[in-house]
Amino acid sequence: MYGKGRIIPALLIFLGLMTFPLWYNAGFAHQAPKPEKPAEYKECVRPTQEMRTSHMVMLNQWRDDILREDGARKGVTADGTEYVRSLQNGCMHCHANKKKFCDTCHTYTAVKPYCWDCHLEPKEAM
Amino acid sequence: MIEKALKGGSGYWAWIIFLLAIIGMGGMFYVQQYNYGLGITGMSRDVTWGVYISQFTFLVGVAAGGLMLVLPYYIHHYKDFGRITILGEFMAIAAVIMCLLFIMADLGQPIRALNVLLHPTPNSMLFWDMIVLNGYLFLNVVCGWAVLHAEYKGVKYARWVKYLIYLSIPWAVSIHTVTAFLYCGLPGRHFWLTAILAPRFLASAFAAGPALLLLVALIMERTTKFRVGQVAKDKLVTIIGYAALLNFFFVGCEFFVAYYSQIPGHMHTLDYLFWGLSHDGHTYNNLVPFMRASMLMGLVGIPLIFIARARQSGGLLALSCILLFLSLWIDKGLGLVLGGFVPTMMEGVTEYYPSVQELGITAAIWATGFFVLTLLYKVAIEVKLEQEG
Amino acid sequence: MKKDRRDFLKVAGLAAIAGIGAPSAFNMLLKGEATASEQSAAAAGQGEAVAAPTGKRWGMVIDVRKFVANPNLPAKCVEACHTIHNVPNFGNPKDEIKWIWPDKFEAVFPDESHYKRHEALHSMPIMTLCNHCDKPPCVRACPTKATYRMKDGVVAMDYHRCIGCRFCMAACPYGARSFNWRDPRGKDENGNPFIKTVNPKFPTRMRGVVEKCNFCVERLALGQIPACVEATGTTGAMVFGDLNDPNSEVSKVLSANFTIQRKPSLGTYPSLFYII
Repeated sequence: MYGKGRIIPALLIFLGLMTFPLWYNAGFAHQAPKPEKPAEYKECVRPTQEMRTSHMVMLNQWRDDILREDGARKGVTADGTEYVRSLQNGCMHCHANKKKFCDTCHTYTAVKPYCWDCHLEPKEAM
Repeated sequence: MIEKALKGGSGYWAWIIFLLAIIGMGGMFYVQQYNYGLGITGMSRDVTWGVYISQFTFLVGVAAGGLMLVLPYYIHHYKDFGRITILGEFMAIAAVIMCLLFIMADLGQPIRALNVLLHPTPNSMLFWDMIVLNGYLFLNVVCGWAVLHAEYKGVKYARWVKYLIYLSIPWAVSIHTVTAFLYCGLPGRHFWLTAILAPRFLASAFAAGPALLLLVALIMERTTKFRVGQVAKDKLVTIIGYAALLNFFFVGCEFFVAYYSQIPGHMHTLDYLFWGLSHDGHTYNNLVPFMRASMLMGLVGIPLIFIARARQSGGLLALSCILLFLSLWIDKGLGLVLGGFVPTMMEGVTEYYPSVQELGITAAIWATGFFVLTLLYKVAIEVKLEQEG
Repeated sequence: MKKDRRDFLKVAGLAAIAGIGAPSAFNMLLKGEATASEQSAAAAGQGEAVAAPTGKRWGMVIDVRKFVANPNLPAKCVEACHTIHNVPNFGNPKDEIKWIWPDKFEAVFPDESHYKRHEALHSMPIMTLCNHCDKPPCVRACPTKATYRMKDGVVAMDYHRCIGCRFCMAACPYGARSFNWRDPRGKDENGNPFIKTVNPKFPTRMRGVVEKCNFCVERLALGQIPACVEATGTTGAMVFGDLNDPNSEVSKVLSANFTIQRKPSLGTYPSLFYII
């Protein structure tokens, strides 16, 4: 192979650098995030597992349904409790602490949803 | 083939480094714009498009101008354009890349640009513009590269390339037509609301594109061993001269309609651009010197380019190309877009002055275009010279 | 010879199909932006507003006489709207964002601005906001459907989707749209936030998107009237309701008064009417 003497070491260095975070963090057990759930509410709009995996999909569905189709602004849980289909006025009504709920997982998984560029967290000081 | 761009004299590398320096400077301004928002530009609530969109509009024309070389060579088998058709195609590539960069620089939320594909909207002309521009880029990259590569290998290009070239001809017309439709389909903006806008865009494109090409060709004749050929140059003069004449004829038609009809809405923008518009005791005229210079350069440039040909004078030819290119650049790349926003939709006048950052980003995008153009032309002329031994 | 004729017929047939198909294809292009397009042909050239045939169509009558009689009313309307919707105040016309504002007669009604017009027209405050057109040019222009027309006539925006190309701002003939040139949640040099008092029930916007009056869809959904209309109280300066319901207050006001609209010759069919 042409230029073998340079290409193979360079590739190895590149691979080493790329996988550095894996080497560096190997062997450390990381604490899974524990989002703080509201004390006074026991039931969410969907089962916990579904909320954990697809709350973002549901929020997008609410948005498109309400903004474009004039969809219902209110929903009812399985137990018959009425709720507002809204991040700012619905979700955050129970999950009133964004830092202890939303941010714990989002920080852990390094996702930065742009919800809060527009939507206000409860009693947010701007 | 690409390795041809990696070997060059000190002049070549100095030019490359100069362009990269401008791109780097513009990159820093873009970071500033990205962090602060488009408020860093001179645009305002009343003048919502500025130098970015006006450059975009002009450069779509430069891209479409490549058609004037492709059409005679591939359809009419005009052999004298054999050496420069590839230059037309490569100029189209550089121009479309600049267009796309100007659009990106102008977006408030550039990260969401692909929403245009995620939520396709056929009733929006911007959606179609996205399709035709990217399609044109693709066609020129594939055709230009395939034809040049065949020449490099000393064979004739593949059959399928010919069909893509045929497709690229109406496609070139479509890019500038759709770009005109961005403007001329908007109710309430009298200056843009004219059926002659697309023809006028095409006429100015067919003058400005080849004028820039001829200018670059003259520079290359000075700096390299590459020669365009006298016949090809003379033919280009015919194309540039008549296209520019048509453009000014169309401009004259606009003047007639506005001032003979005496309809205020039709006159306001022309008043603003050429004489200054009085409103609430103040005369707004910041574009007047530019527009008058444009008109003058155009009217001098057209006879001059024919005189230059008659006298076979390279210097005069270069001068007339510069005059015509600048004239059309001001006409479309400045007056057309900015003029459309005067008067405002609330019958006021807001003038626009670009900011330093905005001009820096604009310069950087032009530099990017010239950078792409330089690399492509370097490859093209090296291959051509090699083939001719 | 025979073969030639067959070829000719084939081509002629194809051309005929294309000719028949073209207008409907063109209509499809323009679809999704107007429900009243069917009637537009009848009214074309007459500058006459045509209401959507069925369902609700929200509309508004602005009685300028009442605004003249109550000089502090315009500011009250603006205040109500801009506070409820977290509209920032940048303190300069370049970055300005406004959903509703009072403007001069000749700025709002350029087509009615003939010379020797009535003296009173010169100082009249005309409340200006999105016209919620039946055939909105902004919706036609938007490349992502970030702005769209709802069934009830409200021209709405989805700020999540807006890419900030500002094509809608060039397209709107009424100057009703504003762009977030900078972060609306920011502060000026003296540390004062651009949004003075924040309404925690409504979102703000983000840098780089276009915004405008939403006819208070969020209030309509709860059975309330728009904030500006509420701010006019019992003066009757603004009347809001269903244009398709002949018994609604707005329909009664419309049938009892001579009203004008902004730039009717453009065929946008606004939902706003003015009594001068």
